[in-house]
Order: sequence, then C-alpha cells, then structure tokens
Amino acid sequence: MNILVILLDGLVYSSWLFIVSTGLTLIYGVMRILNMAHGSMYAIGAYTAATIVGIYFNHGFVPWGSYFFFISGAMFAGIIAGLLIERGILRIMYGSDEVIMILVTYAILLILEDVIKFIWGVEGYFAYQPYTYLGRSHIFGISFTNYDLYLIIVAAIIGVILWLWLNKTRFGKLLIAVINDQEISVAMGINVTKVYIITFAIGCMLGALAGGLTAPGISIVPGMGIQIIIVAFAVVVIGGLGSIGGALIGSLLVGMARAFAVHLFPQIELFVIYGVMALVLAIRPHGLFVRAKVRKI
Amino acid sequence: MPLILETKSLCKSFDGVIAADNINVAIEQSELIGVIGANGAGKTTFVNMITGYLKPSNGKIIYNGEDITGFPPRVITRKGISRSFQIPQLFEELTVLDNMIVAQTIKNKIFVDPLLPFKNMRKVEIAKDVLKKFNLLRYLDEIVTKLPQGIKKLLDIAMAVVGEPKLLLLDEPTSGVAIEEKFELMDIVMSGIKDTGAAILFIEHDMDIIEKYSEKVLAFYDGRIIAQGYTSDVLNNEQVKKFVIGFEIGKEEIN
Amino acid sequence: MDKKTHMILLCCLLLILIGNFIFPKWLTFLFNISLAKAFIVLGLVILMRVGLVSFGQGLYYCIGGYVAGICQKFFGINDFFMILLIGIFISLIVSFLLGLLLCNYRDIFFAMFTLAFSMILYGIIVKTETLGSTDGFNVKLPTYFTISSSFATGKFLILLITILIAYFVIIYIRKFFNSELGYISLSTKENEIRVEYLGISPKIVIFINYSLAAILATVGGALTAFVSGHVDPDMAYWTTSGEFVFVALLGGTMHVIAPFIASILFEFIHMYAYDISPNTWQIILGSILLLIIIFLPRGLWSIGEIFRKKEVKDASNS
Repeated sequence: MNILVILLDGLVYSSWLFIVSTGLTLIYGVMRILNMAHGSMYAIGAYTAATIVGIYFNHGFVPWGSYFFFISGAMFAGIIAGLLIERGILRIMYGSDEVIMILVTYAILLILEDVIKFIWGVEGYFAYQPYTYLGRSHIFGISFTNYDLYLIIVAAIIGVILWLWLNKTRFGKLLIAVINDQEISVAMGINVTKVYIITFAIGCMLGALAGGLTAPGISIVPGMGIQIIIVAFAVVVIGGLGSIGGALIGSLLVGMARAFAVHLFPQIELFVIYGVMALVLAIRPHGLFVRAKVRKI
Repeated sequence: MPLILETKSLCKSFDGVIAADNINVAIEQSELIGVIGANGAGKTTFVNMITGYLKPSNGKIIYNGEDITGFPPRVITRKGISRSFQIPQLFEELTVLDNMIVAQTIKNKIFVDPLLPFKNMRKVEIAKDVLKKFNLLRYLDEIVTKLPQGIKKLLDIAMAVVGEPKLLLLDEPTSGVAIEEKFELMDIVMSGIKDTGAAILFIEHDMDIIEKYSEKVLAFYDGRIIAQGYTSDVLNNEQVKKFVIGFEIGKEEIN
Repeated sequence: MDKKTHMILLCCLLLILIGNFIFPKWLTFLFNISLAKAFIVLGLVILMRVGLVSFGQGLYYCIGGYVAGICQKFFGINDFFMILLIGIFISLIVSFLLGLLLCNYRDIFFAMFTLAFSMILYGIIVKTETLGSTDGFNVKLPTYFTISSSFATGKFLILLITILIAYFVIIYIRKFFNSELGYISLSTKENEIRVEYLGISPKIVIFINYSLAAILATVGGALTAFVSGHVDPDMAYWTTSGEFVFVALLGGTMHVIAPFIASILFEFIHMYAYDISPNTWQIILGSILLLIIIFLPRGLWSIGEIFRKKEVKDASNS
C-alpha cells in the first residue's frame, strides 16, 4: 500500500479527531470535568446539521450557501445545549469529586440519547449534499472526497483560532490561569462562575461543531454519542487531559495508528485506539503533556 | 552511646531547586532533639527523606548501622522509624478506636488476614491503653473527621507510637493548636512516649517549647544545617539567632 | 451478620429457589439473572470500598461468559465446575497483569484505563469471526460432574447453583468486609499515605481487591451465560460496565446484600421501562442516576440507615 495514501488518510482522520476532542479537553482543563455528555453534543450537532441541510435543499437554494447554515446551526445548538446543561444540572454539583462528575455527565449523556430520539426519531438521517457537492480528487492514485480534505484545513483553522483565543485575548489568558491553578485564580478575583459558563458553552459548541461537520459524510443514527465519546476520551487522555496541544498530538497519533491499522492490519482497527491509549498511559501515566504532581505531606 | 541514625552528605534537589544540601547528623538512642528553621528551610524534606517518602539526590541514611537510603516508608516503619505529620494523616471516616486498631493490625503482620475479624478484645484493650496515655480515651468511638485539630494531632502521634519505634519523628506536633494549649499537648505527647525509650526528633517553631523539651537542637536554614548541638548552645549561636530565631521572634511580635 | 438478617437472607433465597416451580418463568429468569449479575456489582462495591470506580468490569464479565461458551463450543467441556475453574484461572492471569499496571492509577485515570481494556476485548471479539463477531453465540446449560439433565431440571439446577454460590459469597464477603484486610482496604481509601507509613503497600491492597472483583465478575459472567443461553461482545462494551456502576450506586456500599437487592430492583425497572417504551429507558436510567448522586449518594441502603437511626433514638428515649 502506498504510504502516502495512508498518511493522507491518517491526516483526514486526525483532523476529525482533533475537532471532536478539543472541546472535551478544554472543559476538563478549566473545570476539571470529564464531560461524557460531549458525545451528545456531537450527536446534537450532527442531527441539527442534517435537519438544516434537509430543509435547505428542499427549498432548492444554491448548494454553496448550505455550509454557512448547517455549520452555524450546529454550533448554535451546541451553545444552547451547553448552557442548559451547565446552568440546569452541573452548577448544582460543582466541587464534587471528579469521578462523581463523570457519573453526572454520564447520566446526562444517557438522558440526552433518548431526548435526541424523542426529537429526531429513530430513523437514520442523511445530509449528503454538502459532502458530494465539493467533488473528489485523485491523489496518490486513490480517490479522496474533497470535503474530507477540506476538513484538514478546517481543523487547522480551529486549532489556530483556539490558540489565538487562549494566548492572545484577555479572556483566554484568564482561562489559562484557571487551568493552571484554580485556587489562586479565585483568590486573584477571577469570576470563576462566568469562566465556567463560557467554557462549558464553548466546549459544547465545539463538540456540536464536530458533529455538524461530520454529518454530511455519515449516516446519522441514534447511539452516535455513545460511540464517539470513548473515542474522544482516548485521544484526550493520550494527549493529556486539559492540554489542547496534547489533543493535537493525540489526534495525530491515533489518526495515523488507525490509518495504518485499517490499511495494513484491518483486524486490529477497532481497538488500536485503546491499545495506543493503554501504551501511552503505561509510559506517561498522565498523558503526553501533563506532569504528575507529587503529593506534599 | 550508640547511634540510632546517621545521615551522610544528604542532598535533595527538585529540578535544580536545592531543598536540602549536605545534611550530616548523628542521633543517639533515646535522645530528644528539636529541629528548628524557617518555613522552607528543609526540615520536612529532611524528615521525608529519612522516612523514605523522598529519595535523596545524594548521600546516605544509616539507621542502626544499616543503610536504609531509598527504602520506601513501609519498610522503614517496620525497621523502627515512625513519624507524625504536620497535617494529621488519619482515616477520617473511621472512629478513633478503629484508627488505632488499623495501626496495630498492620504492625502485627504484613500479611493481613482476609477473614479474621478486624477487632478483637485484645486489640481493643491495647488500643485503649495507648489512647489513655494520650488522654484520648473519651474520643474512643468518635469519627475522626469531627474531632478538633489538637485531638487529631494527638491521635496522629498515638498511631505512630503503636509501631513501637526506636526513632520517632514529629513534624510540628503543636502547629494548628492554640498557643495556650501547646504546652499541655507537648506534656501529653512526652508522657505518652517517655517509657518507650525512643529517640525523638520534633520539628517546632515555638522556641519556648524547644527550650523546655529538647536536649539538643538541629537548626536549618536554606536547605543546610547551620548549627547542631546542645539546646542552649544552638539557641545562642549567632547564625541561628540571625537566620532562625530572628524570624521566629518576628512572628511572635506580629502575634 | 446478625441472626435476624441471616434468617431473612435464607428465607428469601429459599423462596426464589422454590419459586422455580411456582412463579412464572419470566420471574424466575429475572431472579436468576439478577443474582448472577449481582456478582459483578459486588465486585464494584469491593473496588469502591478501596476508593476506586471501574468502568471496565465488563472485561471479566465477558471473559466469564465467553470462556463458558468457548469451552462448550470448541473444547467439548460442559462441566460447570471445570468451566468455572478455567474461567477463574484465565481471569486471574489477566487481572494479575492488568492489576500490576492499574494499581498505579486512581480516580479518572483508573476509570478510563479499565474502560479501555474492556473496549480492547470488545474490539478483539468483534473482529473474530469464529466467535460470532457482533452476534455472539449460544451457550447450553452445563452438566455437573458429568450429570446432565433435561431442560427443565437444568434450569432448576443453574438457579440452585446460582443461589448456593450467592449465599456463600455473601457470607464470606461479609466476613471479608469485617476482616483485617477489609478494614485496611477502607483505610486505603481514606488515606493511602498513612497506610504506607504504617507498614503496608496500598498498591498491593488495591491489587488484591481488584483481583477479587475480577473473579466475582467472571463467576457472574459464566452464570449469566448459562442462564441467558447466549454470549455476545456487548458484555464488554463500556455501557454494560456503566450499567453495573449504576446498580452499585443504586444499592450503595454499606452492606454486602445491597448489590443483590439493587440488581433485582434494576432488572424489574428495566423490564417495566422497556414495556412502556424502549426509547425512554436511558432517560429513566440517567434520571435515577442523577437523583441518586444528588440526593442519596450512599445508595438506597442509606434510607434503611435513616430508619435504623430513628429506631435507636426512639429506643433510647422510651
């Protein structure tokens, strides 16, 4: 198999993984919450996008206009869902043990899975028009969908925007302060509540954005959230919980590993992601970019 | 008198920050030694290294003639070195009695039994005896998390004593305790330990307590020992006055 | 345990046993499956008592089930005790290797790591055609020391053996909870540093508890395979482990019987919820989970505590 094909395939998958996992790692970094409901955000984003695409193309509008609507629609749905969850349930549980918070978000994931079925039904949705509209390209002897290739650029743009936001804006720097040391941040007068609300909303928005971007290329079915969350976990844990740079490296690692697996050893495809995670954790117990703290006594 | 503990050129650095530098001490059996120094001077690092919680970057720790450098705390405890903690390390959701019995159970055997009942008459009696010596008997069935700080510190020390150590390290036994109660607490601690014949090293910031209870003193500053010897000698040492007591007196003035 | 509780336990178990001939088949099936699954939940309770939540007990649950099936299908081994021994043996090897690694982790990492290993097994089975991939395969009722039986008797026998194992597990795990190791496990949860400083390795304490939980899950998996007559890779999927965690929280960690009662309760809720609508099951599950976490963090058993405290208060007042 042509190695360049594998690399490109890996890059496509890595981009997708990166977009899916940034929101998750951001929320953990700032709020120390491993948000299982992130999977639901992905699903909500995908379903919203599919609905919008359906409506849009039924009206016969020009295809190139659809992108703005379904992508922003997905992001908007994510923000709303995120705000509802954070203000509705999460803020009651702030200060709880990290594992308790996982259970809380797990409960929310379960609830939202059925809520999604309630809103959108159990039949599959398709939103292929934006996907096929951009055509295909022949690279390295293999046919790639241009949409998938553009996803690489989109992932890069998202990465750059996030980096700029965190490092160059005032609010972003506040976030980094909270990520590094919450106690001191509170002591220095940072409005942690406001930070939490905005972070969670943006994290959910990113999750929904991932779903929205992916929607055109897949069949959107119930259970998406449950399948995706553990993939996102693995990436985020590999890179180091809370580290966006880690999410980038983790995505590349997993994406490339999976590409090699799919092309060369299809038998191990399904669990290569967890194999990589187990391996990384065995060598770097807290992920690639996070340092363990020795407890002071 | 035979040496119970010797350290030779003990050093510890964290990523280039030197927390302890060339520590050489020699402690004899049954000695009562006070350890003084400002916060961050290296006292707790010293205790952490001796008890195995931190591996020294350099140097040796010799206990009863045996090189114990680098051994983990559980091994060192079984050899006869016990410690208490600045912030009491207790089993918060268990009762005082249960805390003591846990200490006893572990001391008795390393292969604890998965079926043998945890409590028995004998263990309870022994626990009560030790608690009595520390004036803690009335808290027997209280859940630890509800206890006041002074009581927790006493329990912390009582649990360390269960191991019948030959060297007992007390990390700031009176910290967090009201000034009026410090001497009372130290009296209880000393009477609780006095029959064991253990050498005792206690870290303390209150110079009055140091003067009253210690035979010798180790003075730390900036990761190094700047003086060691008999209490009155050390406390009158110019360097100690400048770098340690000066700080302590300053603190008292603020109070 | 006190005589009163012991008597109640025996009566309940006997009732379920006799129920095989009186109750409708679905009820006996429900009891049998609940009891079998309760072993995995008990393992989770053991882990919670040492301070850890595992999202991957499904690994050993699946091993137990598939060993039963594989022994039958590929090696012609039908004897219950033989199968159980092989299953436990394999689980001990796996839990030994994984335990060595896992005992270095806590909190989120432990939870996610256990999840990962369970998903690895899931991935392996799904990609293995001979094991039936996502469909799994069927499992027959076992024989007992070469005594095979008719279908009806076989159903009774598996119920009998589930109850017997449950009884002895309850008795001995209760002793374990009150034993030296049991209390030191609790202490490890409270303060690992102190345990280390008293002279025992907290990692080894965790390792032992982890292995015990693994064995229990394996037994539960094998029993479930026999009772339900089927195994599939979903046994190792992370949501299955999530359900076990739910039941553990439902019952709480306060008494050794709690997992068994909670498991029965869970199966009832599951059955009725699915009857009403299969598409609202997860809402019910998630909502109850939230309610437990927020209002009854020590599980339903803590309701009993409130009544008992009231009894003691009344008794001391009268």
